[in-house]
Amino acid sequence: MLATMISGRTLAQGAECEDKMNPDFFKAVALCHLSEKDFQSLGLSEGENVLLRNEHGQVALRAKADSGLPENMVFLPMGPWANILVGKDTGGCGTPHFKGVQVEVTATDMPVLDIRELFLNMGV
Amino acid sequence: MIIKGGIVYDPANGIFGEEMDLFVDKGRMVEQAKGEEIDAHGLLVMPGGVDAHSHIAGKKVNTGRIMRPDDSRLGTEPRTGTCRPSTGYTVPNCYAIGYRYARMGYTTAFEAATPILEARHTHEELEEIPIIDKGALTLFGNNWQVMECIRNNDMDMLAAYMAWGLRSARGYGVKIVNPGGGEAWGFGGNVKGLDDPVPNFDVTPAEIIRGLAQANEMLRLPHSIHLHLNNLGKPGNYNTAIETLDLLKDIRPGRMRQVVHITHMQFSAYGGSSWRDFESKAPVIADYFNSHHHATMDMGQLLFGSATTMTADAPLEYGNARLTHNKWSNHDIELEESSGVVPMVYSRKMLVNAVQWAVGLELALLVADPWKILMTTDHPNGSPFVNYPEVISLLISKPKRDAEMALMHDQVQNRTSLSGIERELDWTDIVIMTRAAPARILGLQDKGHLGPGADADITIYNLMPEELDASQNHDLVKKALACAKYTIKGGAVVSKDGQILSTPPGRTFWVDAAVPQDDADRLMPELEEKFAKYYSVQLSNYAVQDAYLPHAQVIRAGLSVESLKEVA
Amino acid sequence: MSEAKIIKDAICSFCGCLCDDINVEVDEGRVQRVRHACRLGSSKILGHGRIEHPMVRKDGRLVEASFQEAYDRSAQILLRANKPLLYGWASTSCEAAKKGILLAEEVGAVIDSTATVCHGPSVIGIEEKGLPGATLGQVKNRADTIVFWGCNPVEAHPRHSLRYSSNSVGRFTPQGREGRKIVVVDVRETRTARNADKFIRVNPGGDYEVISALRMLVKGKGDLLPQEVGGVLKADLAELADMLKAARFGALFFGLGITHSRGRYKNIDNALSLVAELNQHSKFVILPMRGHYNVGGIGQTLAWSSGYPMSVDLTRGKPYFNPGETSACDLLARRDVDAALIIAADAASNFPRSTVEALADIPVIQIDPYENPTTLLSDVVIPCAIAGVEVEGTAYRMDGLSLRLRKLVDSCLPSDEEILMGILGSVHRQRQMMANQGV
Repeated sequence: MLATMISGRTLAQGAECEDKMNPDFFKAVALCHLSEKDFQSLGLSEGENVLLRNEHGQVALRAKADSGLPENMVFLPMGPWANILVGKDTGGCGTPHFKGVQVEVTATDMPVLDIRELFLNMGV
Repeated sequence: MIIKGGIVYDPANGIFGEEMDLFVDKGRMVEQAKGEEIDAHGLLVMPGGVDAHSHIAGKKVNTGRIMRPDDSRLGTEPRTGTCRPSTGYTVPNCYAIGYRYARMGYTTAFEAATPILEARHTHEELEEIPIIDKGALTLFGNNWQVMECIRNNDMDMLAAYMAWGLRSARGYGVKIVNPGGGEAWGFGGNVKGLDDPVPNFDVTPAEIIRGLAQANEMLRLPHSIHLHLNNLGKPGNYNTAIETLDLLKDIRPGRMRQVVHITHMQFSAYGGSSWRDFESKAPVIADYFNSHHHATMDMGQLLFGSATTMTADAPLEYGNARLTHNKWSNHDIELEESSGVVPMVYSRKMLVNAVQWAVGLELALLVADPWKILMTTDHPNGSPFVNYPEVISLLISKPKRDAEMALMHDQVQNRTSLSGIERELDWTDIVIMTRAAPARILGLQDKGHLGPGADADITIYNLMPEELDASQNHDLVKKALACAKYTIKGGAVVSKDGQILSTPPGRTFWVDAAVPQDDADRLMPELEEKFAKYYSVQLSNYAVQDAYLPHAQVIRAGLSVESLKEVA
Repeated sequence: MSEAKIIKDAICSFCGCLCDDINVEVDEGRVQRVRHACRLGSSKILGHGRIEHPMVRKDGRLVEASFQEAYDRSAQILLRANKPLLYGWASTSCEAAKKGILLAEEVGAVIDSTATVCHGPSVIGIEEKGLPGATLGQVKNRADTIVFWGCNPVEAHPRHSLRYSSNSVGRFTPQGREGRKIVVVDVRETRTARNADKFIRVNPGGDYEVISALRMLVKGKGDLLPQEVGGVLKADLAELADMLKAARFGALFFGLGITHSRGRYKNIDNALSLVAELNQHSKFVILPMRGHYNVGGIGQTLAWSSGYPMSVDLTRGKPYFNPGETSACDLLARRDVDAALIIAADAASNFPRSTVEALADIPVIQIDPYENPTTLLSDVVIPCAIAGVEVEGTAYRMDGLSLRLRKLVDSCLPSDEEILMGILGSVHRQRQMMANQGV
């Protein structure tokens, strides 16, 4: 399914954002919210994962239903998982395009990487 | 330090261009001293400049910077061994403000308007301005507590509140801007005149002005109320000026000074009933000042080119923005004030601007006593302060004024009397208007003069007053005034031929006025209620803390003030 | 040893609300209990796991080091770099910011704040149109109409509604929520939307058109509009426009919903114009919902120091500002910076992935209380005391009001300001040594 990805703040993400290396941050942020309808149409059940993919990268996240979302829109709490899908181009204004990015969403059994795994391959 | 052989102008001490030596010791003027000798033979020497009204620090100044990167690009100077980088023309950064005043021979500048709630910000910026001594005037004219005290005719509580407000803001004096109008603007309105009641508060601007003036004198503050008149900028507003001045005639000053200082009078000296028949009423205003002695003013001279208008007269700024279709910032401050910032460009070919330019000059030239009128441009509203030499050269030179007027809209001759004025100010007049008078008007006893005990703030300009025909050589005058040969601050040479040699921090003057404990005690429950119900911050977090004034200079007033001293 | 005490009116150093009515119970030198703060603030003040000592990377691993070693290594990195970036600043005090600007001038660096991934577009919009705003207390005391556009205060600024907006009570708003109309405009129905009187759902990327349509309606040119704009029915837009024009005092709060989405600064430019135009009909103000508690402060400090509030290039000694060129993300994307100091921000988490990859390829100095992904990329890690908990300092609220953060408990760790001074000291010494050696 094609969807528009929005990434932003949540209460849980904010409460843990100064404790990023701990499991509570992972639980709060490594999520993908979908509308009830999209959740159904992808054949998902509670606790399962989705794979989001676009030209910038791909990331597996635990899926959650959210009644406030319209169809074909996914909401990701802000953070390093969501930013895999955000390109570096700022359109000349300095600010990347964090909200409104197009992604392809599929159900997956790929695991969700934890925060250290996300940065494992970055050369230091 | 000894300054040898300068032609010294120290009008406050009766010295009008005498060749004499000056002596400095430990940062003060003294009768005799040894030390470094500076050769000033034949050169113009005067006290360091004192700018009594300039917008140099605080929220609206910074808003001006943030919204005008186009202005910040101008006047960019790189970091040097002595100096931080400079940017900006109408909205210079903090470092540029200090260096540019110093280069011009100014050693003291006062921020014109600070709301108490945001005074902390003002002090953060003042502290970043190098070299010059400073102070900040505190806004009271649209304040809920003030209006309530006046409505209840409780002058004692008003005085207690003023003292408390000055202490909280670490302010120097009482500033009033478009009284009542700032509160009306809270819902998008304004006041139309002195007797127009302020919505929801049941007081009039006239009552606010009189009340604050009376309380100011009860507290015997060093400075009088400092007033930006209602109806500023409107054709025909000279009537408001005269009415306001009459309103205060009978009030007795608590110190040997004026009862009211009207600021940037140029913007309030207009005749006509619309922009079409707009004309100068400077002669009427000047006549008033010539025949009354309870008021002083500053010019608020407009110069052509770029400016940034910034004022607590928020409705005025909204009007400016609509008139010029320009970007507009507005900032209303809960329980206290309003403000606005709008870039402007003044043009010779626009009749209104040409008349405005003439009005400021007329005021200075038609008022007989230079002690009553200060030279300012209401920086950066009329023009940036770096253009003060241009204003001075206009005041001292009729040929220059004529040459300028020839470039303007031809109707300006019919709207002002400037072309008929022959008077050229002399050095005594200039030194009074830029040094001695601002110090006296503000009540700064150790500034603006060179008598023993005064701060050793001295400027030596690279021109020879006894040889130079200033009127004919106005361009040389302008050049010399723009770049002092020596600027001495507190006995240290800070600037030489335009180069900044050292950047000592300046002091921040503020006034701590004592009031009867009973009045202070009565005030507190009222304030506590306001903080509990209306303010968005806690009372305990409101006042400016000591940490923000590492170089404070406290002046005492109120109950504990010393008996009246003759101002030198 | 300290005894139990309650510190009143502490100031929360988390979000742009800068709530200053927090009561903190302190005992045995630690925060025991926090009252009045929201979940975000409580979490911050109660504290998390901390980095305990400085570290430097040796042979690929971070090993414990002394503060001096960390300062020296940092100074070395910055001095060796041609164009270092000093980034972050939003979660520390203005006192630290001042030292950071000095450091940027000294070593010739670009200094930028988290605004560039947040409300940077708002800054650009303000540069075009100005900001017709007010302090939050004006909204509390006067606003009868409030619009939240592209922001979700229930989750990002939880006490905003009670202290400053929807549910606040003031002199001219004694009825509080009952006397107000609250409108939420967003692409999804957020928790804030559920508490509103009216929720308007906009298509993603459609905000610019919707704002333009509202401007046309406000100007009486509604008949030129099609029946639907940006996913919103014209009838709904017309109703909203009427509501805004009829306000006694309207306030428009906006957030990353419109700074991050298609159009970015143009959306803000348009919203600022809308509010300026509404002032012909009603009193209206607009305020950005600044995320971090002192992103406003670094903006103010940078502006009075250099003339510009963000993205200031000081590499040539003269401040140069050009967002899109001198902003952190663009510099990294172009691989135009060769070292970075990240302070009071987590660039690795909050930048686009490929931008972070560029960060990983250059030497990075981190100054932060907490371990986070930026730590994983850093060559020097310096832990600091927390402003507002362990250090006093100045912070600027979202409406530009500054307050002095209190110190609640002691810490052995240096403040950000002290750390930056340590690095500055080392820069001077190393420069002096290089000069003595004729380098």
